[in-house]
Amino acid sequence: MRVSRNDQSAHLDIRHVSKTFVTQKGAVHALDNVNLRVREGEFITLIGPSGCGKSTLLKIVAGLDDGHEGEVLLEGRRVTGPGIDKGFVFQEPRLFPWLTVERNIAADLSLRDPEVRKRVDGLIGLVRLQGFEKAYPRELSGGMAQRVAIARALLRSPKVLLLDEPFGALDAFTRAHMQEVLLDVWQTNRTTMLFVTHDIDEAVFLANRIVIMRPRPGSIRGVIVNDLPYPRRKASAAFQEMRFRVLSEFEKPEEPVAADWAGL
Amino acid sequence: MAGTIGTAVRRKPGPEPGQNPDLEQNRDPDRTPGRDPGRTPIREPGQASNREPGRLTVVALGSILPALVLGGWQIAGDLGWISTLLFPTPLTIAETFVRLVTGGELWTHLRISFVRAALGFLLGAGLGLFFGLLVGLFRRAERSLDPTIQMIRMIPHLAVAPLFVLWFGIGEESKVLLIAKGAFFPLYINTFLGIRGADNKLFEVARVLGFSRVKQVLRLVIPSAMPNILLGVRLSLGVAWLGLVVAELIASTSGIGYMMSDARQFNKTPVVFVGIILFALVGVLVDVFVRLLERRLLHWREGYKG
Repeated sequence: MRVSRNDQSAHLDIRHVSKTFVTQKGAVHALDNVNLRVREGEFITLIGPSGCGKSTLLKIVAGLDDGHEGEVLLEGRRVTGPGIDKGFVFQEPRLFPWLTVERNIAADLSLRDPEVRKRVDGLIGLVRLQGFEKAYPRELSGGMAQRVAIARALLRSPKVLLLDEPFGALDAFTRAHMQEVLLDVWQTNRTTMLFVTHDIDEAVFLANRIVIMRPRPGSIRGVIVNDLPYPRRKASAAFQEMRFRVLSEFEKPEEPVAADWAGL
Repeated sequence: MAGTIGTAVRRKPGPEPGQNPDLEQNRDPDRTPGRDPGRTPIREPGQASNREPGRLTVVALGSILPALVLGGWQIAGDLGWISTLLFPTPLTIAETFVRLVTGGELWTHLRISFVRAALGFLLGAGLGLFFGLLVGLFRRAERSLDPTIQMIRMIPHLAVAPLFVLWFGIGEESKVLLIAKGAFFPLYINTFLGIRGADNKLFEVARVLGFSRVKQVLRLVIPSAMPNILLGVRLSLGVAWLGLVVAELIASTSGIGYMMSDARQFNKTPVVFVGIILFALVGVLVDVFVRLLERRLLHWREGYKG
């Protein structure tokens, strides 16, 4: 195995991952040799324009994709399929419409189990949904439904929580509130987070490290360490400075090969 | 009715709320005086919501047309405009109904018919549900069973009825099996469609949450197919009840279908009408039952209510 000593700190290790979609019109190179090491408890945001393969990368990490090159190691073990050690929050809440909030969180586990009951109640408090335990998904707002989805993903104590633009469909105020809820969750549980977004503010507000991706083929363009102390204030000068750094990373001239691409 | 008259009365004196103590609207504690009375929705005494019409109004609205038809029919029959042999008047039918009920004859026939329909439904719908689940869940079962089932589906009741009598005799078996054949298909097809209509995105969720295969069926496939399954139950119940006539017309000495065909042979048209009314009544009762079932099982849904 190639798990050498300097890999030991890597909780999640993405190695040489490439992915090509074969469509009727031909092959699309979605990801090209992506490498990323994530430490335990880190909050990583993946940011890039649409089509840069960030969602595809997330699905590969979740084990929801097959037919890629390279490998993903979670705690040194190769990811071969989806499982409860990898929590996933989709773009849409994807709740079961026939289950109440608490039963959606429990999903296939029984609420009669006192341990499950206790944990579900704790999570409902954590994502601030007290009073809505018995509500059905149709009675919830978009933000509330997404909080249920986050609680559902957290119930099984995943080693890593993968979030695929979870707040993309929400309005600006709900989104800001959700970001605070998520940071709250992260600071309480210290779950490793891999968060895909196309919103620079969101990336800067949440992450320890911001991974910037470029499209065609999707690959990592740069990584910025974000050591601003929490809680962060979007209006502060330091926040704006970090935002500026991310932006300038996008505008930095590319290597010659990629520059040809940009000119097209 | 009362509410309509109330607003009609209200509009005439103009906007003078609180002046007319006879009106229910003004006694409502939640209705502050001074609001535009013309915009006050129609309300009936003791009504909780002001958007839903009262139960009385609903019943009244639904019975206008039948009442008109029955009234016209009775008059036309009395005046000799229509043949009372072909169209016995509603009163004659009612008399016959009462006579059949008090004579006990009706109950015997009804009970026998009911047992046949129930047995046929349980057998047919049970198998329909089972095969629907099987074919819906397993691709291989679909490929090997569905074509055959679809072929059998297109064979009409009346075509196989004589064969069923030959095979199973003129006893109860042939009747129950004929009803079962009819009840099988609606539930089979709807269960199958319901399962295949399950949202693929939710299957992805189930994979991520590590559902076992059994949990996937119990917690995802069946609940999401439930609206279709209940639709199938409703249709199957209807078909079972309708299949009864065919079954009892072939060779029978009892049951509502027999009662009707026997009456037809002896020109006892009122009895035929009683039979028709009974079929309609039982049909409504069955529908109410399925609706209650739907309300219990599908209360998570929010549909367009018109």
